[in-house]
Amino acid sequence: MAFEGDLNLEATELRLGLPGTADHDKSGVTKSNKRGLQQAQSSDHEESNIVSNDENKRDHQESTRPAKAQVVGWPPIRSYRKNCLQPKKAEPESAGVYIKVSMDGVPYLRKIDLKIYKGYPELLKDLEDMFKFKAGEYSEREGYNGSEFVPTYEDKDGDWMLVGDVPWNMFITSCKRLRIMKGSEL
Amino acid sequence: MAEEDGDHQPLRGSDPPDQVLDTVLETVLQFLTCRQDRNSASLVCQSWHRAEALTRSELFIGNCYAVSPARATARFPRVESIYIKGRPRFADFNLMPRNWGAHFRPWVSAMSRAYPWLEKVYLKRMSLTNDDLALLADSFRQFKELELVFCEGFGTKGLSEIASKCRQLRVLDLSDTEVIDDAMDWISSFPEGETPLESLTFDCVECEINFEALEGLVARSPSLKKLRLNRYVSIRQLYQLLIKAPQLTHLGTGSFSQSENIQHLDDNQDLDYHSAFAACKSLVCLSGFKEVMPEYLPSIYPVCANLTSLNFSYTNINPQQFRSVIVHCHKLQNLWLLDTVCDEGLQAVAASCKDLRELRVFPVHPDEDIEGPVSEVGLQAISEGCRKLQSILYFCQRMTNEAVIAMSRNCPDLVVFRLCIMGRHQPDHVTRKPMDEGFGAIVKNCRKLTRLAVSGLLTDKAFSYIGQYGKLVRTLSVAFAGDSDMGLRYVLEGCPRLQKLEIRDSPFGDEALWAGAHRYYNMRFLWMSSCRVSRLGCQEIARSMPHLVVELLRYEEEDAPFVEEDNNNFSVLYMYRSLEQTRNDAPESVTIL
Repeated sequence: MAFEGDLNLEATELRLGLPGTADHDKSGVTKSNKRGLQQAQSSDHEESNIVSNDENKRDHQESTRPAKAQVVGWPPIRSYRKNCLQPKKAEPESAGVYIKVSMDGVPYLRKIDLKIYKGYPELLKDLEDMFKFKAGEYSEREGYNGSEFVPTYEDKDGDWMLVGDVPWNMFITSCKRLRIMKGSEL
Repeated sequence: MAEEDGDHQPLRGSDPPDQVLDTVLETVLQFLTCRQDRNSASLVCQSWHRAEALTRSELFIGNCYAVSPARATARFPRVESIYIKGRPRFADFNLMPRNWGAHFRPWVSAMSRAYPWLEKVYLKRMSLTNDDLALLADSFRQFKELELVFCEGFGTKGLSEIASKCRQLRVLDLSDTEVIDDAMDWISSFPEGETPLESLTFDCVECEINFEALEGLVARSPSLKKLRLNRYVSIRQLYQLLIKAPQLTHLGTGSFSQSENIQHLDDNQDLDYHSAFAACKSLVCLSGFKEVMPEYLPSIYPVCANLTSLNFSYTNINPQQFRSVIVHCHKLQNLWLLDTVCDEGLQAVAASCKDLRELRVFPVHPDEDIEGPVSEVGLQAISEGCRKLQSILYFCQRMTNEAVIAMSRNCPDLVVFRLCIMGRHQPDHVTRKPMDEGFGAIVKNCRKLTRLAVSGLLTDKAFSYIGQYGKLVRTLSVAFAGDSDMGLRYVLEGCPRLQKLEIRDSPFGDEALWAGAHRYYNMRFLWMSSCRVSRLGCQEIARSMPHLVVELLRYEEEDAPFVEEDNNNFSVLYMYRSLEQTRNDAPESVTIL
């Protein structure tokens, strides 16, 4: 019993008010909510006229709005995602790099757009499909092994080069025409 | 005092009994980690309020404007990690002015004084500058984890500050965050020697990185488990990283294609990607594939069987290419896709991924009025094959009530159901009726549902279902739906757990706004854009509820040229509860009532 005064009963007191508030005003937050609602109900009558007028105006606006005008933020896809996926579509700024392709022993030439390929493997595969041949294995030291046919190209200087020696980007800017040579001619 | 009674031996010297109680309380409360439990504990009495405040080490701020940094740091003096959320979600879709707010600066300033021992910062939809990051790096000696999600405002200079000064950095994760190219080689800023890095995520950073420096960093980070590369890392470079870090559990592959600077033709032919992946025996989470060359996909087959999470949402592959991967993924729980996989791909998912918990299907062409590759067929298949589904986000051009009802019955564990029928006001594709019954079935049958996003042609009936059955719903997203104020009233009066309500382009006005007045102090926020609320209605709410911040946002011309202006000259109503006075960092286009 001697301890009672020291037990700081206020600290452990259970009240309806929030314990964080030091003052003894027990109104708390909930009461002010209810006041607001009562206010709302009493002022409803005056407001409703204004609101319904606004609604009429808006109805009219809605019906005259074009059906499928472009809308901001719809569908709800973030710009980052949209930007990541768009580049896959047509790139209209860059024109194609069309060059002639000839193959020894074939009477007609073909034309291809170098821009559609991402690298050498794709280009070679297409050439192989187009002319029905196999280019063989490429290595830096020995060129194309294991095949009669060798892909070559004429560069800006007029020299005939082996396809694959230079970086791809350099290749597509310097290549003027392609020639698939028959091995026996080399 | 205890000393008065001489025969007693008090436990702790001359401590008054209430202090003993406090010490015991603090010791016990330390074990409470769940913040909802802590909030409850803090309401018991003053003593518990104080003890809880002293022992809270993880602080969660759901709305950076609901409470000021000063107030937060004053109440909680011993915080070690902090989560702060800023902008509301609709800001992601360009519906908010860019300079609206959510600045990190006041928080980092306050914390630099209050929490010098701070270890972890997680920010979502906040704006931060290079200077903020510099202050962070300078202020917190023991800083360990930085996670930024949907953030912006800083550049590689700021990243460099973090990398160079935070010597104990374990986690640096940037997700869907814009990073300005300050031409700063931030990867090289990491210090020499072994680092404690466990997680490095920069897949959203749209600038080139110093690959050699990255290689060196990976090689000297033996604890590295999570590495998510950006699209400037080629598949060849990925290979070189993989062979140095086979212990990875989470991998973002970068571009997964050849770089354009192929030096020699045989560069990519000799690399055994298959073996490199096979060596990663702990890999459970795979993402990236940002510019995928499908012919390289088979190299991931060795890890498919262990994968629990796969993000193909930037990966443009067809159903056949997709199927050949997914058939191996029996343990998959999380799957994000592009709709290029078509209904067929989703059927393959249903057949292979029996353990699936979360599915997201994004559109490759986010337009309206086009034929979409996925439809009700895919949704039905998923519902039949993936019975354990808990979360779904599904973009499509056409849908039926039948498929949605089927999902509500087949997947009773659904917690998150977000269906986006991209054509506005689209009815059931087959019956031409509104989508009311489908969404009604979801709220009725999925008893655990907490998050719902609705779309398509919806009448007030749909909302009456939500109000009637959606008793656990916390987050609700509404767009182009409803007939009248009753729709919103059903929700505001019927959903007691509602926290976040975001509505756009729906015919809800001032009356409905009033109907929710009793709820707003218990909600995190309400967003209404292009609805029928008037300035007057908003002013009334603001006047009668002093702890509610009512913001009216106007569109500036450059920001949103397609948005129509209201008579009332605002387009967005954004309101949230707050303990503070009106903020002083709002731009001109924002009016705070």
